[in-house]
Amino acid sequence: MVLFVTLLVSCGGKEEKKKEGFSYQKKATTEKTTTPKAEKVLASKKIDLSNKGVGPIKSVTLGAEVDQAMATHGADVYKKMCTACHRADKKFIGPAPTGILERRTPEWVMNMILNPEQMVKEDPLAKELLMEFNGAPMANQHLTEKEARAVLEYFRTL
Amino acid sequence: MKNLLTSSIAMFVILLGFTSCNNGNKSGSKSGALASNIAEKVYVAPGEYDSHYAFLSGGYSGNVTVYGLPSGRMFKEIPVFSQFPTSGYGYSEETKPMLNTSHGFIPWGDAHHPDISQSKGELDGRWLFINENNTPRIARLSLTTFETEEIIEVPNSAGNHSSSFVTENTEYVVAGTRFSVPIPQRDMPIKDYKGNFQGALSFISVAPETGNMDIKFQVLMPGFNYDLSHPGRGKSHGWFFFTTYNTEEANTLLEVNASQNDKDFIAAINWKKIEEYVNNGGGTMMPANYAHNVYDEHTHTATSTMKKEVRVVNPIEVPGAVYFIPTPKSPHGCDVDPSGEYIVGNGKLSANLTVHSFTKMLDAIENKKFAGEAYGIPILNFEDVLAGVVEQPGLGPLHTEFDGKGNAYTTFFISSEVVKWKLGTWEVVDRKPTYYSVGHLTIPGGNSGKPQGKYMFAMNKITKDRYLPTGPEMEHSAQLYDISGDKMELLLDFPTHGEPHYAAAMEAGIIKAQSQKIYKLADNKHPYAAKSDADTKVVRDGKNVHIYLTTIRSHFSPDNIEGIKVGDKVYFHVTNLEQDFDVPHGFAVIGQNNSELLVMPGQTKTSVWEPKQVGVWPFYCTDFCSALHQEMQGYIRVSAANSDTPIKWSLGEDIE
Repeated sequence: MVLFVTLLVSCGGKEEKKKEGFSYQKKATTEKTTTPKAEKVLASKKIDLSNKGVGPIKSVTLGAEVDQAMATHGADVYKKMCTACHRADKKFIGPAPTGILERRTPEWVMNMILNPEQMVKEDPLAKELLMEFNGAPMANQHLTEKEARAVLEYFRTL
Repeated sequence: MKNLLTSSIAMFVILLGFTSCNNGNKSGSKSGALASNIAEKVYVAPGEYDSHYAFLSGGYSGNVTVYGLPSGRMFKEIPVFSQFPTSGYGYSEETKPMLNTSHGFIPWGDAHHPDISQSKGELDGRWLFINENNTPRIARLSLTTFETEEIIEVPNSAGNHSSSFVTENTEYVVAGTRFSVPIPQRDMPIKDYKGNFQGALSFISVAPETGNMDIKFQVLMPGFNYDLSHPGRGKSHGWFFFTTYNTEEANTLLEVNASQNDKDFIAAINWKKIEEYVNNGGGTMMPANYAHNVYDEHTHTATSTMKKEVRVVNPIEVPGAVYFIPTPKSPHGCDVDPSGEYIVGNGKLSANLTVHSFTKMLDAIENKKFAGEAYGIPILNFEDVLAGVVEQPGLGPLHTEFDGKGNAYTTFFISSEVVKWKLGTWEVVDRKPTYYSVGHLTIPGGNSGKPQGKYMFAMNKITKDRYLPTGPEMEHSAQLYDISGDKMELLLDFPTHGEPHYAAAMEAGIIKAQSQKIYKLADNKHPYAAKSDADTKVVRDGKNVHIYLTTIRSHFSPDNIEGIKVGDKVYFHVTNLEQDFDVPHGFAVIGQNNSELLVMPGQTKTSVWEPKQVGVWPFYCTDFCSALHQEMQGYIRVSAANSDTPIKWSLGEDIE
């Protein structure tokens, strides 16, 4: 008992050595074992510049130049409402917005922000994304249309 | 009188015999509740809404429950005077001050009579007021958030029972004392009660915009028991009526000694006159000590302030302000009809129901027709004020409500029934049994100038065979009746929680239109809120450690925390970043000595955790929030008190 206590005390405050975990059919392995299909492109990498998504936004006109004031406002909204799940340039809980307008229409992006519940049910890309991100739902943060538009403008600066 | 009393006791015994013989089959076939046309009247199809909301007091639960009518479905329990581990009310750091009193922190209360705020005599659905009987307090609940926003303690009061009823524009919420006490409190022999004890009737002003409560004045009345009360309305607006019993001023064995007088009184108080007197500097400020607790929706935090004085008014110094109307016999409910003309005294030991006339009362006052006085307060003649008598309608009348079509409905405790009678002719037009021993009844808006509904429900004290037995104690049963026709029709039994003494009900549309769905994150002014991921942190301040934690589907940020030591006081300040309707997150950590937290979208709540053992301990979300809810967890590392483990926090370091 004395020995046990001493052991505990001596471990206190110190880093324990990280043990090697085990590996069992992690994602990479499954890819290999499946029969060779047409190359599977992840939804987050897919490019679809015609799909406008489902929701209130039917048409968005982007200016030739980025509207800096709007983008600054958008960055602020993004920081407050989105960073719990999104990092600008890397995958986090959800996908990274950098370069999003090379893959998606502006309407799709805004509909995903404003109408996520219906998007993940009805839009084929949003459905796939939900699966790619382990079923983590895109939370509806109830941005106004104006705020969502500003966030879109901010995405153009990334 | 003595004979009458004996015979009513005999009747009581006989009726008890009847009810105990009653069996479920018999009453079932009598009510015909299985008939399909009746079933349709209470059927609310899946996804549809009830037409009315009812707010039932929980009695000794200390809380309020919300029911739908006609379905009888319970929608919510709102914590008011009692700690509520389901949400953390009374346990979280923000809500503990709500339960502060001059007697210290009180974890429980006895909630009695809810009343909905009014404008021009009609229910406006902004607030619900309810009294705490035991440690006298009045609470105000918001009907947009269904949260308790304010609690004020009532000094000089004891057994806060003739409460909490609002005047017709919610100028005041009124709280009367049931027990008279020495004012100010002092050490004196109990037997010297008579002539020395007093009863405080408190008029608490309600700020028109915010609803904030403040005791404007207390009328110090003779040492009777002030049982129930109601405001005048319409023509009698400006007056308030209180039933009294124990005008004998007995201090022991009240069940005998307080039933001696043939008549007790209804106290009629001209509050407008006293208000004017007070506005001109009348009354005296006396030292007092009472808590005023206010919850701020933007800081999500309550503060408790001790108030040190209260204005008291001696009624005989305000001529024409207070009168006594003799009323047989230990009257309980004091109910005013929608026109404001009739004041019903439900004499609980009386064979008849007494109805006074406001017009006749004014006339008698004008002509100074007094039968005497009590402690300087004029007593009117019973006959001069009497509007009419409902002859022998039943046994043990308690409470009366109105349908706005000229009918009154009175509960009879001893004979277990609701009796419908006509105002003006005083004839009984219908009676229906209740199951069993009914206390209060409620008609939506039935104690306002404009009753709203086709329903009436009776809240019973005894359940017996109405439900499958579940041990010695069962939830009480309520019965819902359709009162749209000439005869009342029993529709439904539904169980109630605690002991509902009274309920306030109203059309659902008013509440639905103003209901708040989330708290705006941008409006969150909590000093420890983390309003985005960038605000999350862990800060040590001596032995106190503040963790600024956020939640969103489905993770905590941070979810790995180190550097906590045994003996620390750890404050988990949990902010829910969600901004969508009905997405609360819960928070629980192993060994938490208080309760979980349930944090609404945009809200911040704080739980204190005092770890006693070294280890790595989990915390998790208690509210099933998404498909990844089971993944919503974190670890907190607790080191020995003398360790030098640095404070560290992180989320998702290993993510690709």
